[in-house]
Amino acid sequence: MIINHPLLGPRDAQEFIYLGDAALIHRPDGMAEGALERFIPYTYLRDNPAGSHRELWYHEQGDRSWLVVTRNTTTHEITAVEMARDVARKEGRSK
Amino acid sequence: MSRISGGQIDRSKTLRFQFDGVSYNGHPGDTLASALLANNVRLMGRSFKYHRPRGVMAAGSEEPNAIVELRSGARQEPNTRATVVEVFDGLQAQSQNRWPSLKFDAMAINDRLSPFFAAGFYYKTFMWPAAFWEKIYEPIIRRAAGLGSLSKQDDPDAYDKGFLHCDLLIIGAGPAGLSAALTAGRAGARVILADEDFRMGGRLNAETLEVGGAAGADWAAQSVLELASLPNVRLMTRTTVIGAFDHGIYSAVERVSDHLAQPLPGKPRQILWRIYTKRAILAAGAIERPIAFENNDRPGIMLAGALRAYANRWGVAVGESVAVFTNNDDGLRTVADLKAKGLNVTLIDARQGDEVIDSAGRLGLKSITIRRSNGRTETVAVQALGVSGGWNPNLNIASNHRGRPVWDDQIAAFIPAPESIAGLSCVGAAAGAFSTHAALTMGATHAVAALADLGLTAHADAPTAEDAPLNLTPAWYVHSGKGRAWVDPQNDVTVKDVKLAKQEGFISVEHLKRYTTLGMATDQGKTGNVLGLAVMAELTGKSIPETGTTIYRPPYTPVAMGALGGRARGEDFKPTRQTPSHKWATEQGAIFVEVGYWLRTQWLPRKGETTWRQSVDREVLQTRRSAGICDVTTLGKIDIQGTDAGLFLDRVYANNFASLAVGKVRYGLMLREDGMVMDDGTTARMGQNEYVMTTTTANAVPVFRHLEYCRQVLWPDLDVQLISTTEAWAQYSVAGPNARKLLQKLVDQDISDAAFPYMACGNITVQGTRARLFRISFSGELAYEIAVPTRYGDAMIRALVEAGREFDAVVYGTEALGVMRVEKGHVAGNELNGQSSALNMGLGKMVSKKKDSIGMVLSQRIGMTAPDGYRLVGVKPVDPAQSLTAGAHFLAKGAEAVAANDGGWLTSVVYSPHLGHSIGLGYLKSGDSRKGERLRSVNLLAGTDVEVEIVSPHFFDPEGERLRG
Repeated sequence: MIINHPLLGPRDAQEFIYLGDAALIHRPDGMAEGALERFIPYTYLRDNPAGSHRELWYHEQGDRSWLVVTRNTTTHEITAVEMARDVARKEGRSK
Repeated sequence: MSRISGGQIDRSKTLRFQFDGVSYNGHPGDTLASALLANNVRLMGRSFKYHRPRGVMAAGSEEPNAIVELRSGARQEPNTRATVVEVFDGLQAQSQNRWPSLKFDAMAINDRLSPFFAAGFYYKTFMWPAAFWEKIYEPIIRRAAGLGSLSKQDDPDAYDKGFLHCDLLIIGAGPAGLSAALTAGRAGARVILADEDFRMGGRLNAETLEVGGAAGADWAAQSVLELASLPNVRLMTRTTVIGAFDHGIYSAVERVSDHLAQPLPGKPRQILWRIYTKRAILAAGAIERPIAFENNDRPGIMLAGALRAYANRWGVAVGESVAVFTNNDDGLRTVADLKAKGLNVTLIDARQGDEVIDSAGRLGLKSITIRRSNGRTETVAVQALGVSGGWNPNLNIASNHRGRPVWDDQIAAFIPAPESIAGLSCVGAAAGAFSTHAALTMGATHAVAALADLGLTAHADAPTAEDAPLNLTPAWYVHSGKGRAWVDPQNDVTVKDVKLAKQEGFISVEHLKRYTTLGMATDQGKTGNVLGLAVMAELTGKSIPETGTTIYRPPYTPVAMGALGGRARGEDFKPTRQTPSHKWATEQGAIFVEVGYWLRTQWLPRKGETTWRQSVDREVLQTRRSAGICDVTTLGKIDIQGTDAGLFLDRVYANNFASLAVGKVRYGLMLREDGMVMDDGTTARMGQNEYVMTTTTANAVPVFRHLEYCRQVLWPDLDVQLISTTEAWAQYSVAGPNARKLLQKLVDQDISDAAFPYMACGNITVQGTRARLFRISFSGELAYEIAVPTRYGDAMIRALVEAGREFDAVVYGTEALGVMRVEKGHVAGNELNGQSSALNMGLGKMVSKKKDSIGMVLSQRIGMTAPDGYRLVGVKPVDPAQSLTAGAHFLAKGAEAVAANDGGWLTSVVYSPHLGHSIGLGYLKSGDSRKGERLRSVNLLAGTDVEVEIVSPHFFDPEGERLRG
């Protein structure tokens, strides 16, 4: 596969480490009330779609960027590649 | 009769080669198959199951029968196809799967026993008694089946991996591929044209057809010359594209040296190419298929197109009297071409109702029996029979992404589904367009279209050529007789086997394949698959597309393991990382151990020491008595800086870091989000916003990855910067009562206990060179770790050893390090097993609940905190003379050694020279409240059963007085 890195252009997938569902961005607050009930699904439950999937990839053999790659799991077509930091900020993560 | 006139062989040169020990002559341009046929050798192998005598069936890589072993000694190579092996001077080839000889094969008894070896016989015959399988049945089957043999010596040759980029990859250099390449090459596109053959031209080399008024083979040669003159075109002969992968990546194997006795100096045998393409064209042609009839597998019976190819390209007549059995007009070409060569040809045209119903000739075809449409049978003496049941587009690569081929009634064959692979288009015979005209025009127009996608302009300009239809009337197998008619000759699958599969309910194509092994041989059923499907379709009364189709996985043809491995073998299998003290340690005769990619000193034997224990005991005792030096460079080092660095550490470590003062070091425990321990190490606060983290050697890379994840994905606005400095600093531990005195000789600053107390850190200098000093201890002794820039690492170890001479300081390795950490009860890799929590390790109180950190929440859930969970304990044998065994499980005395009674296990075991007996760490259920208990530690694998006492994991200096000294 080839991942079109937003900063570095097309790079072979061999340079990357796969992590999984980009829903991991939304880590619950560990100090909030009811944190345990939120951490269990956050840690263990994943959607497994046959189709478009947003997932985290790490450019370990490259610039150390974490990326959010939108990939079709049935065709491997990649429709979007974004910097994970930008996505996380857009989705409300900060400090 | 053998050689006839014509062909593309160089008769001016003679090559000597051997087959089964007999010498023959061939010429440059010959394959092993063509040269053997030219020498009247038709028998080339034995079949897989029935050991039937077999000869060549095809003239290309689809060959199922003529499978031979090449060369001898370490270069011996099994299972090559004689049809693609180029003859060279001194080539040695042997037949396979026969004993004692090809002409007399004892295992041919299997052919007589064939009723017992029908499809599925494995499942039926060897069911009982069950105990017989491993000891009796399997060894016998293994000996009887299988093809070639291995030399069991190391392959002396090199294999490379290479990477190529292009605008357009063209797979196959027949008329369609050449036409596409000319079109794209003339337009200036970066083109790669790859063909598995050693001569480009494809079928044009095997035909008497004309292209643009010239002989087809001449036009091909001219085209190759023109392409070779274009700097933007790369021609790759002997290169098989073996698969299509994602996003325009193709893989190919180039056989650089297989046609030579041995590779030229500095050259690899093969190269595995990864080709990055913007567009690709599949012009792989078509593969002819047989018509099945009784005894259709005798040497001399081959595909009609192959029979023609041997005559036209290689100047070989397989016999003076030959016959052609066809259901299409292409078979008539074979008749015409062979007649033109002066052969006596009998035609059996299935479209006229004529059929071949049997053949005779044990080791080679002697005659065929024909049943004419009027019912009369006749026997004709022939040495060869060409069979054509039509042609299957060679769509193998196009189905690599599971695109289901579609049926084309016109040619009674599957053609590639459109868009079955993004960016790939199929042209010519591979797309089901069988005429030369169609190949040339399609190649050109598809190249124009592919280039247009890339914004390049090209012009389709194809020469004139024949445009004859195939005129095929489907005929799959001859319905006569009780004998066997082969569908897949390599795996010995017959029409009867397909019938049996149907009878037993294995009707779906996937079941048919697995039950009969149809198409599962090394040729992947290139000639037999569609025929097998057609037989099943007829039996079930369904159409062929309703019956299904098989798709192909890479590789297109078998690939040598060596090519896949490339240079990654032996000591180059993985990179080797050497520590800064490696050169010095090598000089000292150190014993090294692999730790990940690193080579670390395991121990350093001194003169007179004959066992490793003597060295390790000495290193431990001398460190505890005076001083020891150890290279700890391999521990991961991460510089962490930024105004939020402290907050960041509080999030990634379970224990508190916000309160760490500048100039101080703290032990840190890192959890995974599921609450298990991920790693541990120390982090030093070198300045207001500057920290240095250490990780375990094994987790240096994963921890760094994790920190980047936390920083970028979870908390994107934290002001934190990271850099891995593992390789930037050479770091040595100096431990023992004399550690301070030793180090003070080298460093420029005062490191007295008052100036540099326990857990202090700071930037210092060593004779003017910048360095980092940490007063931390893994051994339990007064200890420091000193880091200097890596380029000073070699000088530093020598300086330390020199400074230590007056104290008789030792350099110790990983074994002594391990002994001392177990004596101190520190957890390491064996305890950090990914399934253990802080509580399991006796570090439960370190997890702060006053702040949010990775893993904090889930470390507190039910189950993780159960009081009967595993706890870290120390273990010693009740009888000090007995040794413990790592991995042994704890059992109550008298309890049976079964899983239900398992109480935990010993994780780490060492001999403590300080205590004079074996000690260990382990995980024991409720272990923290069981000190003093006596249990058994049982290792059934090692056969040990030792009575042990549960003790504190802190065997040595439990109050830690020495390290504060």
